[in-house]
Amino acid sequence: MIKIENLHASIDGQPILKGINLEVKPGEVHAIMGPNGSGKSTLASVLAGREEYEITEGSVTFEGKDLLDLGAEDRAREGIFLAFQYPVEIPGVSNINFLKTAINEIRKYKGEEPMPAKDFLKRVKEKSALVELDNSLASRSVNEGFSGGEKKRNEIFQMAMLEPKLSILDETDSGLDIDALRIVANGVNKLKSADNASIVITHYQRLLDYIVPDFVHVLYNGKIIKSGPKELALELEEKGYDWLKKDQAIEA
Amino acid sequence: MSIQTPQELVVVAKAFQFNPTKTKTMASEDELLAEVTSSEYKYGFYTNIESDKAPKGLNEEIIRLISSKKNEPEWMLEYRLSALKAWQEMIEPEWAHISYPKPDFQDLHYYSAPKPKKMLDSLDDADPELLEMYKKLGISIDEQKKLAGVAVDIVMDSVSVKTTFQDKLFELGIIFCSFSEAVQKHPDLVRKYLGTVVPQKDNFYAALNAAVFTDGSFCYIPKGVRCPMELSTYFRINEANTGQFERTLVVADEGSYVSYLEGCTAPMRDENQLHAAVVELVALDNAEIKYSTIQNWYPGNKEGKGGIYNFVTKRGLCETNAKISWTQVETGSAVTWKYPGCILKGDNSIGEFYSVAVTANHQQADTGSKMIHVGKNTKSTIISKGISAGVSNNSYRGLVNIGKKATNARNFTQCDSLLMGDKCGAHTFPYIEVGNKTAKVEHEATTSKIGEDQIFYCLQRGMDEQTAIGLIVNGYCKEILNQLPMEFAVEAQKLLEISLEGSVG
Repeated sequence: MIKIENLHASIDGQPILKGINLEVKPGEVHAIMGPNGSGKSTLASVLAGREEYEITEGSVTFEGKDLLDLGAEDRAREGIFLAFQYPVEIPGVSNINFLKTAINEIRKYKGEEPMPAKDFLKRVKEKSALVELDNSLASRSVNEGFSGGEKKRNEIFQMAMLEPKLSILDETDSGLDIDALRIVANGVNKLKSADNASIVITHYQRLLDYIVPDFVHVLYNGKIIKSGPKELALELEEKGYDWLKKDQAIEA
Repeated sequence: MSIQTPQELVVVAKAFQFNPTKTKTMASEDELLAEVTSSEYKYGFYTNIESDKAPKGLNEEIIRLISSKKNEPEWMLEYRLSALKAWQEMIEPEWAHISYPKPDFQDLHYYSAPKPKKMLDSLDDADPELLEMYKKLGISIDEQKKLAGVAVDIVMDSVSVKTTFQDKLFELGIIFCSFSEAVQKHPDLVRKYLGTVVPQKDNFYAALNAAVFTDGSFCYIPKGVRCPMELSTYFRINEANTGQFERTLVVADEGSYVSYLEGCTAPMRDENQLHAAVVELVALDNAEIKYSTIQNWYPGNKEGKGGIYNFVTKRGLCETNAKISWTQVETGSAVTWKYPGCILKGDNSIGEFYSVAVTANHQQADTGSKMIHVGKNTKSTIISKGISAGVSNNSYRGLVNIGKKATNARNFTQCDSLLMGDKCGAHTFPYIEVGNKTAKVEHEATTSKIGEDQIFYCLQRGMDEQTAIGLIVNGYCKEILNQLPMEFAVEAQKLLEISLEGSVG
């Protein structure tokens, strides 16, 4: 589905990603872990098409297309969804209107007619139940006055509504209490299918108790320094990152 | 669950009238800025209808000419002449935060009328060129008629061409006609109220208007009548080098209600065109007037050449328990100088002002509201949203005056400014004068920028930049747009040629 090869990216001349290689196939869940400042969120932003990052080397192929050649909106229309670490507030714009606009823009890109209101509302009802999102939240302004947990649930709700091929969850667990974490993770699990895939970026192993990854990668200093099965996450929880950092230092 | 209504999109229209271009990558703010400033005015066509013009210049002779052309009674001529005298002794105000070359008032034509062909029995008899023009604007009379509930008094340049729905309104005793017609048919009413809210000598432009106004609209709602439809006027400046001076007078008699709509565009023109209108509203005891405006005159090109100078005096008078509500969406004109206000004379009267003012390119707007509290328990609300882009300047200027006898008066003012790019300006000049210590006056102000974060968030959900900016700006203006009557939103939507596809729920 997505193939990242030797990806280098920098911001203001400062290299952040220094040669990322990663392949995600349909149906897979990949977890990316790593200490603060290792480049996890940069990777998410670069894949989503944030402009302030400069790609200095490497390639990203998504469903056979050169992803780096597409603008952020076209990446989204092709099926990439980023659940933001810090969801943005848009005062005065209802969640419903926001999503309706998004869905219909994506449909337009695909040459489809706008979604009939009836189908749209049906989908809203269905998907908001999935993340236990209160109906009133759906009609409130996008993220405005939402609690931290509500914002994250809203991200997953949007993900459910847009039905992306590849979801990138950027620290979706940060700032969540255990109940909210369970709801968010449940939502993600229910959306999982053989046709879509997710990249789950997280700091702690905690989220991976609920979202079980097929692969775990450790990102450190702009590179994936270790990959392994889900057990790697447990090992990291136990031993921290230092032993890996040490290996890395020796290698360098 | 709230689904977006068409009026939510109205405001974006002006700032983003160009066709959305697909960009491969997310544009920086500078690029966005460049796109916004590259937007061109869409209604730049000129209708070739022969017109009957007065010679250039302004003097007693011209005033007499205008008055006689219009067959006016002696008192009307006297009114004009005394206004001219007052105007000649006044100087053009310079306190506003705007700069522009002063118009040469002697170099303008003060009267121009489309040559009367014959009285029209039906639309079929109307000038095809005129009908074509309305079609270009997307508001042909045909369509207007179909828009149930909207009566339209169309003013082209100075003479009313066609009035619709008049008979229907007449049954209720409602008078809705051109100002000229009112002077002929309802001289007592006109004479009683003309200049009572905006006196001849009120200010430089109001005095000019009082001397030379050629037409406008007049509306009278009798006691206890609730006007069953939105009343609408459509102004258009169409003659090169002709200033237009409309005069509008709306009188709501005791216990009546009326919602009045006004919207406008103008053709593209190189010379600056002067526009100095006066609107007077009179709400007698227990009456309510809702006055909505969409102003979309030619703003000049992106280098700041041309465009309308819009110097308008709008004021309403509230008697006991009366209410006047101004709603305006100001997107056009090169220079705007406009402060719709209310004199809350009667006890318990209410004044409201809801405004969205958009400036782009080199546009300048100095606009706001005046709320003069005279009576007891009077209340006023001012919500002003300014949006500045390009190298424009957008100023809010407001006056809240609480008189000595206005016990328990209340005012709430909120001024928000939204900036796009880093070359534009937003300014706030609130004046508060309180003469009674029981008054409660609140003033809130915010300034924000459309954030790249907000835009990126929308892009990441699959929207293009234009849609994203539209959505964000609409959200910002929602409070104001919600005040506009639905019928007006429909007209404005057409007028501004914005595609609502994909946004209307």
